[in-house]
Amino acid sequence: MSPELFFQYLVAGITYGAVYAVVAIGFNIIYNSTGIINFAQGEFVMLGGMIAITFAQWLPLFWAIAAAVAATMLIGALMELCCIRRLKEPGILQMLIITIGISILLREAALHIWGEGIHSLPYFYGDAITAWTFGPVRLSPQVAWVLLACTLMVLGLQLFFNRSPLGREMRACAVNRTAALLCGVKARNMVTLSFVLSAGMGAVAGCMISPITYTQYDSGAALALKGFTAAIIGGLGNSMAAVAAGLLLGILEAFSITLVPLAFQDAVSVSLLLFILFIKPHGLFGSSEAARLKAF
Amino acid sequence: MQAQTRAGLAALITGVVLIQLFTAFTGTEYFLTQLTMSAYYALLVIGLCALMGYAGQISIGHAGFFAIGGYLSALLTTYNLQPLAEHPAVSLPARLGLLFTWENLYGETLLTFAPWAAAIIAMVAAALVALLVGVPVLKLRGHYLAMATLGFGTIIYRVVLALPILGEADGISEVPGFVMLPAGIVGDAALMISGDSSQRIFNYYIAWIVLLLGLILLLNLMNRSRSGRALRALHGSEEAAEACGVDTSRVKLQVFVLSAVYAALAGVLLTHFNGGIGPAEATVMKSVRYVALVAVGGMTSLWGALFMGVGLSFLSLRGVFGSYDDAVFGLILLAVMLFAPGGLAQINSRIPWRRLLPLKRTQDGDHA
Amino acid sequence: MPEPMLELHRVCKDFGGLRAVDEVSFRVGVGAIKGVIGPNGAGKSTLFNLIACNTPLSGGVIRFEGREIQGLKPYQTAALGIARTFQNIKLFAGMNVLECVMVGAHTRGRAGFLAGLLPMPMHRREEAAIRERSMTCLEFLGIADLAQSRADLLAFGQQRAVELARALAAEPRLLLLDEPAAGLNIYETAELGRRIKSIQERGITVLLVEHDMSLVMEICDEIVVLSYGRKLADDVPVGIQRNPEVIAVYLGEEYEPAG
Repeated sequence: MSPELFFQYLVAGITYGAVYAVVAIGFNIIYNSTGIINFAQGEFVMLGGMIAITFAQWLPLFWAIAAAVAATMLIGALMELCCIRRLKEPGILQMLIITIGISILLREAALHIWGEGIHSLPYFYGDAITAWTFGPVRLSPQVAWVLLACTLMVLGLQLFFNRSPLGREMRACAVNRTAALLCGVKARNMVTLSFVLSAGMGAVAGCMISPITYTQYDSGAALALKGFTAAIIGGLGNSMAAVAAGLLLGILEAFSITLVPLAFQDAVSVSLLLFILFIKPHGLFGSSEAARLKAF
Repeated sequence: MQAQTRAGLAALITGVVLIQLFTAFTGTEYFLTQLTMSAYYALLVIGLCALMGYAGQISIGHAGFFAIGGYLSALLTTYNLQPLAEHPAVSLPARLGLLFTWENLYGETLLTFAPWAAAIIAMVAAALVALLVGVPVLKLRGHYLAMATLGFGTIIYRVVLALPILGEADGISEVPGFVMLPAGIVGDAALMISGDSSQRIFNYYIAWIVLLLGLILLLNLMNRSRSGRALRALHGSEEAAEACGVDTSRVKLQVFVLSAVYAALAGVLLTHFNGGIGPAEATVMKSVRYVALVAVGGMTSLWGALFMGVGLSFLSLRGVFGSYDDAVFGLILLAVMLFAPGGLAQINSRIPWRRLLPLKRTQDGDHA
Repeated sequence: MPEPMLELHRVCKDFGGLRAVDEVSFRVGVGAIKGVIGPNGAGKSTLFNLIACNTPLSGGVIRFEGREIQGLKPYQTAALGIARTFQNIKLFAGMNVLECVMVGAHTRGRAGFLAGLLPMPMHRREEAAIRERSMTCLEFLGIADLAQSRADLLAFGQQRAVELARALAAEPRLLLLDEPAAGLNIYETAELGRRIKSIQERGITVLLVEHDMSLVMEICDEIVVLSYGRKLADDVPVGIQRNPEVIAVYLGEEYEPAG
């Protein structure tokens, strides 16, 4: 493999990996606050992209994206307020099935609103063939946007959880809900907030990646599966490990093209998921003891 | 068998016969085609019900097992081995009587696996795959099975879509009928599972007989056997079941494999009935639909799963939901879980006529 | 000395930096009733969970009939002949009393999964035998009339009796009771004491972890006292009552030794 090709694969892998990492963090935020896997996580990414594409017809790109992220956050909030919150004694199975139902409805709604076709946001800077060249590496500005946005989100989230009072309250709820309640934390609202946060992050990622991968009504499912794989590799609940795992998965997937046909690319990450569940279900970076400690 | 169960089965059989007679008198026999297909889907759904309702494990990959059954039997019964007839890998099964020669619609003579041999291979394959997925995953608590089966279903979908030998987007067609009774025993023609309209009534009854047998086996298991009791116990309290000597991950694995075999059998028979199978049967949305059918039937009610599996599949096959087909099942899933986690039977269990139906255990609900 | 039914040798359990059980050793003789007592937080429940193989040991050895059982799964120890009850009752929701007790006899049956789908005459006979045995256990505890009631809807005391019947249906050689008197009034506790005595008369060895002093002093042949995870004393009830260390640490100043 030539160095040029190697770097192209690497850059592509990191780009996709960054998106998987963001989706994985979305899974983790909701998992930590509710103990469930939110199957609609991939739909947040799809909705972010789709809504931004629609708004971009009337608004400048930046405001279209901002509006799309806000709208997706609202959908996330509604999802929690209308469905999750009204369960009296939510069982894991019940909540899980509800998120599956919501993901189907969001996908079907997208199908009827935007149709079966593929859509995409314009490139933020230049177009599909614009590239900065660094020696053997050609870098599309859009890739830089994706990486910048994902990095900022991860850092912002770290600051939020570790520095802000609200973030600390959310962590308290994740570790011990009863104790947090006794300390006056409104645990219910923290759950809503976790849905809003992960919807927002998904939407941002969906907008950033849209010019590169396009957006289709059913593009959420594959993203959710890969984000979940990253979350599992990193150890469910541990977001910083999920970032590493997401990047790893993206790179692995990019290089897998050299070995298996494109059509089986999804199968690669799923096989990896099953393999990890088989040998180290608590994640590559954690132990079963550590898996019980929730960390954002 | 308890009197209540026996009465329920008798009522069901009567109903099945009455529906056939009704269609015969009103000249609406075309309904039987969809009722036959619905019965096969319901076979998968009651198998999934045993897994979800009784073992408390959710699978979003049962369309994958259905596809393994359907595609394998379709491939084995249509792939012409004639050019390879001398190869030991072909001549050995030929000597064992696993192969048969037949003529397709274009008059070509094909040497392929016999449908019954293909069916057995397909079900064994599904069971092995279920073991492979289930062994690591069922040891874990929580919803790992949900994601693992979702992943498994996705792989199967990608594979059937990408492999030329499985027909890619077109699937496999020209699948021969599955002969149940050779010609000359009853009437002049052979009775077979196929979409031929002259075989419609026979196929309707075969499908329902298979479904009823499947139901009886599961009722045996759940209501009066050591393993079934262990299964229901672990749903009540996994810890206490372990303390009673129940190897919970083993029982879960067994019921997972069983439900996979049910799905594969449904796939095999429906493929012969339809004369083919396509990738649409392997989508994740199909798997979700089966989960919805179990949920709306009341999770822990095999009867509920059967009625909902037949009823809603029938409506869907008749095209009642139009382009909102998938959305309807998503909505059902959401609505049932939000408003009636015990299934529809729970809502009006206080209405007296409900007691006439053999809906057992529904009020126990499922709160796992 | 005859082979003990159960032997603990320097058993330890750490939770993070906290040592909840610290090198506890004792033996339970065949046919005996042994009690484990101690103030709150002494490590009684932890010790119980270690013996029941619910939590892994941090160190030490547990032998059942000479065989090391640490590291086994609970269902494996059940197959060896150890049955248990739970402090916070764990009956099977949605099952009736008889079915609950029949689950207890799980290790006494052999019918497999396929036999469940399509029972043969021999499996039907086994099923009938399990049913009969379970009924006998219910009769033994005087709750045969509850056989068809929903287990999870019974009164608390009755649920405790059902748990006991479920444990007995396994025909265990060692019965572990986790705070069997918790939540019972004095009459029910006295009744429980008589039941445990009659279980002993059937040749079953009993180990109970208990809060209720009167019950333990009344029925136990030997008592182990725990304090802060350590074994303080291991003696017959009279000896425990006279042990000054035990009186100081556990029973307190107000307790006046009887007899």
